[in-house]
Amino acid sequence: MKKILPLLAAYLVLALSSFIMLRPDVVGYQVGDKVVDFKLKNVDGKLVSLADNKAAKGYIVVFTCNTCPYAQAYESRILALHQKYASQGYPVVAINPNDPSVAPGDSFAEMQKRAKAKQYGFPYLQDETQQIAKQYGATRTPHLYVVARQGADFVVRYIGAIDDNSEDATLVKTKYLENAMTDILAGKPATVNSTKAIGCSIKWKRA
Amino acid sequence: MNRLTLLFSAAICFLALPSQAQQVEVIKLPELQKRLSRATDTTYVVNFWATWCAPCVKELPYFDQLTTTYAKQKVKVLLVSMDYASQLDKKVKPFVLKRGLKSEVVLLNEPDPNTYLNKIDAKWSGALPFTMLVNNAKSKRATFEKEFTAEELQKQLQAFL
Repeated sequence: MKKILPLLAAYLVLALSSFIMLRPDVVGYQVGDKVVDFKLKNVDGKLVSLADNKAAKGYIVVFTCNTCPYAQAYESRILALHQKYASQGYPVVAINPNDPSVAPGDSFAEMQKRAKAKQYGFPYLQDETQQIAKQYGATRTPHLYVVARQGADFVVRYIGAIDDNSEDATLVKTKYLENAMTDILAGKPATVNSTKAIGCSIKWKRA
Repeated sequence: MNRLTLLFSAAICFLALPSQAQQVEVIKLPELQKRLSRATDTTYVVNFWATWCAPCVKELPYFDQLTTTYAKQKVKVLLVSMDYASQLDKKVKPFVLKRGLKSEVVLLNEPDPNTYLNKIDAKWSGALPFTMLVNNAKSKRATFEKEFTAEELQKQLQAFL
C-alpha cells in the first residue's frame, strides 16, 4: 500500500493537469470577478494596459481577429460600439488571441494592416502568449467582456454576445450588449449579464 | 441531336445523380432535438461545423469515415452545418458534393445562438467545431468543444459501443 500511494497521488496530479490542459475554457472570469490587468502590444507598437486610461469608467474588451468570418461580420458593429460608448466612458479594447502559426492572417503585421484599413479608433492588441484569453476564459472570436472600474480594480459586468443576429445587423431583435450597457451606465447590474454566440474557436498554440 | 451529344447528356445526367442523392435538409431546433432524444440504442455522433471553419473542415473526413467504418453497427453520424441558410446553395451543397460526404448533412437554421445553444448543450460556449456523442438507451452523453484527430474520435466512440 505504501508503494501504491505515491503512485496514486502522481496519477491524480497527472489526471487533473491533463484535464485542465484539455479544457482551457472551464477556467475563466465570471460576472463579478476582478480582472488582472494586462500589458499587451498594440498595432502602433506601444504597450497598453487597462490602467493607462485614467478617464475610463470601464472597457468593452473584445476578443476578436482578422480571419474569422463572424469577427468580420461584427467588425463594423464593434466600431460602432466604440463610437457610441467611448464618449460615455467605456471605450473598446480589441485583443487578438489567435496563434499566427495556426492562422497566418492573424500575424501582427496583418493586424496592423486591418486596423489601418478599417480605421480602428481603439487599441488592437496581440495576446502573443494567449495568457489573457485563457485568464478571461475566452473560447471564440468575437467574445466580449464589459469590465467596470471599482476602486483600483476592474470588475466583469457582462460576458458574451453583441446581439442576436450575426448575419444581418438590420434583422437584430435584441442588442444584448447595448442592453447590458444601458443598465451598467445607470449604475445597475446588467439584467442579462451573460449570453452565448457562435464564433470561431480561438486558434490555440499547438503543444 | 446526334448520338454522341445524346450519350454525353446521358452521362452528365448520370454523373449528376449523386448530388441529388445527397440532400442537405434545412431544419429548426425542435427537429434537431427530436432526433437527438430518440430512445434507441443507436449512438449518434453529432458534429457541428461550418464551411468557413478551418478546423471543422479539417476534421470532417474523420467523422464521415465513421459512417463507412461503423456501417454494420448502431452508429449514426449527423453533420450539422452552422452556415447561414442563405449560403445553402452557394456554399454548403457544393461543399458536400465536392467532398462526397456519405453521412447525413443538415443545416440548422436558427438566428439567435443565445437562445438555442443552451438547448442543445449547456456546456457549449458557441465555438466551432463542437461534437456530441449521444446514446439514449444507455443514457450516455459526451460533448467536446475542440478539434479531433481521427484516433481520438474513434477512441471516444468506442467507449459508447
